[in-house]
Amino acid sequence: MEILIGIVVIALVLIAFIWLTYNQLVTLRERIKEAISSIDVQLKRRIDLIPNLIETVKGYAKHEKQVLENVTNARASLMGAKSPEQKAQANNMLTDTLKSLFAVAEAYPDLKASANFSKLQDELTDTEDKIAYSRQFYNSNVLSYNTKIKMFPTNIVAGQFNFKEEQFFEAEPAAKDPVKVSF
Amino acid sequence: MNIYGQIASNKRKTIFLILGFIAFASVFGYIISLYFDFGLTGLGIFLIIFGIITYISYYNSDKVVLSLSNAKPAKKEQYPQLYSVVENLSIGLGQPIPKIYVIEDSGMNAFATGRDPKNSAVAATTGLLQNLDKQELEGVMAHELSHVQNYDIRLMTIVTILAGSIAIISDFFLRSLIFSGDNDRKNSNGIIIVIAIVAAILAPIAAGLIKLSVSRNREYLADASGALLTRYPEGLASALEKISHHPNISKASHANAHMYIENPFGEKARDFFSKLYSTHPPAKERIKRLRAM
Repeated sequence: MEILIGIVVIALVLIAFIWLTYNQLVTLRERIKEAISSIDVQLKRRIDLIPNLIETVKGYAKHEKQVLENVTNARASLMGAKSPEQKAQANNMLTDTLKSLFAVAEAYPDLKASANFSKLQDELTDTEDKIAYSRQFYNSNVLSYNTKIKMFPTNIVAGQFNFKEEQFFEAEPAAKDPVKVSF
Repeated sequence: MNIYGQIASNKRKTIFLILGFIAFASVFGYIISLYFDFGLTGLGIFLIIFGIITYISYYNSDKVVLSLSNAKPAKKEQYPQLYSVVENLSIGLGQPIPKIYVIEDSGMNAFATGRDPKNSAVAATTGLLQNLDKQELEGVMAHELSHVQNYDIRLMTIVTILAGSIAIISDFFLRSLIFSGDNDRKNSNGIIIVIAIVAAILAPIAAGLIKLSVSRNREYLADASGALLTRYPEGLASALEKISHHPNISKASHANAHMYIENPFGEKARDFFSKLYSTHPPAKERIKRLRAM
């Protein structure tokens, strides 16, 4: 009889533990989804700003076909990106191509003086800042989730219910070759 | 202590404070009803009035605080940088964007107020916006938003209101004492009269000290969590340096001093009493800690 009670108590404690851990993991995973959607909002805004920018630059510097094309391609691949890793990569590529575009723009005083261009440039900078902050929020959520599912004894529950490690949204490495500009 | 610990501790402290203040108000109310010879009915009426004042002020505190400091809602077109800084930081914290206010004042200061992240507001003086660059402004606003996220604003709001209600009631009692004179009192028990008067004088002082005791150390924590958010402690450090060398804000009163990013009365007024009443650690110490991060 006493053994039976003992077994029941242990079983109840186990069930309670699994229950709580499972719910906690679900909460953490939902937070990551929420965080990625906040990155998506900013990426979308960036994607939407680019056609306008390209039109404006074309008006002043139509010979810079290559640079413009690079931006358009990077934009297209960002639109097609699915996983956080692909999105991060495509976004970094877009950042690079935009850098060359703005570097090229230096050679066109009329373009630089255009109010439309400087407004777009400001908005893009603001969007980049917002992407950086939403990435930071996403990564800190991923960090706490990934740490949690690896820790004992949560890792047992995570393994049973198929909670997989999530990917970070990587910023591009800080030290990079300076953008080459050809005139 | 990390941020989550701080949030939990703030919520705990809030409950203890409310219970403590209820007990405190009951004793104080009972003494006054003894004086007026109302007994338990008097105490009941007193507690109901106290409750109503507290409840109404809790839901309107942010408006009161903002209007007392002469804060006006900031327009996005007029203050694009302030907006983008607050928006960015809120995104980084994953919390809703607070209402943004501006105070026309050449002094440099900022504060946050409200009940929780969903009902919060931040305010900055025009002097602050003019004198700080973007990274410094980001440092200051990250500090303020940390107060919001850590529920410091709720705790401070409740403490301010409770302390305020006690001050109002005791003030009311003391006035009624002056205007009524002693001779028509039914209760002529001298000891009770003395106790009631002493209680009416001491209660607001005690409430004020409780208010101060909860407000000091959190500044360091908000500095730290703000720096964690911007990943750039130097921004706030250099902002604090500028602020502490700048003429002080004129609109601050002692009632809302604890809410500002820097003591609005300046560093010089630091004799014994101002230390006792100081709501902020010295700027030098804060800058030192930020630069050591």
